[in-house]
Amino acid sequence: MAKVKPRVKVPKTADVNEIIEIKTLISHPMHSGRAVDVDGNVVPRQIIHSFRVSFNGSEVMSVNLKPSVSANPFFTFPFKVIESGTFDFLWIEDGGKEYTKSKKITVG
Amino acid sequence: MCLLGAASFGAVCSNTALAGPDEAAARIKEITGGSTGDDALIMLDLPEIAENGNAVKVAFEIDSPMTKENYVKEVHILADGNPEPDVATFNFSPATGACYATTRMRLSKTQEVHVIAAFSDGSYGSASATVKVTIGGCGG
Repeated sequence: MAKVKPRVKVPKTADVNEIIEIKTLISHPMHSGRAVDVDGNVVPRQIIHSFRVSFNGSEVMSVNLKPSVSANPFFTFPFKVIESGTFDFLWIEDGGKEYTKSKKITVG
Repeated sequence: MCLLGAASFGAVCSNTALAGPDEAAARIKEITGGSTGDDALIMLDLPEIAENGNAVKVAFEIDSPMTKENYVKEVHILADGNPEPDVATFNFSPATGACYATTRMRLSKTQEVHVIAAFSDGSYGSASATVKVTIGGCGG
């Protein structure tokens, strides 16, 4: 399988109470378990089923994904900055494999 | 030309029953418990025509103060013509400060897409739009 690579875009700095936009993408085929390959074999289901975002250790946002989400799941969403800290992004694949990425933001 | 394009996809949909509006309606009832909410709060951004059902951009924005007392808890995206109606469920918290999101989904054919929002006070809102799909996305 192609290499799964998470990418995240978060501003490096923000003002207090500013609502920033976070963009995330993970390169993943999201095999729905319904497609067949060129030889006629069904490609087994293998998707990212959960995406979670934490800030300074507490969860702020999450998404439950179904096979209807496109390959390379992409999300944009807001976040209200009240202090400096670290975002932890977590993607969980069928079978329990986890992919993570962290980003820091500074209030200033 | 069109046939050649479809054949070169390499992977085609297996013959599976699609969900249909009834199953989606049942799922909506399951989420909301049958209550109907205020529809005015949700803005739904979907293309009228999607050339490629493999990646259809969907965006929603919900008017909410996002405070501890009044925020959007969950947003469900459902597609009534896909093999299973659920596409994704977003769980928000007051920490996000606003309630919007963008993602991309698969649509197997021309169908209606529903967005259901569950508010912290127990009420619900919904919005829906029809998307015409030119090439199906083997959505699953």
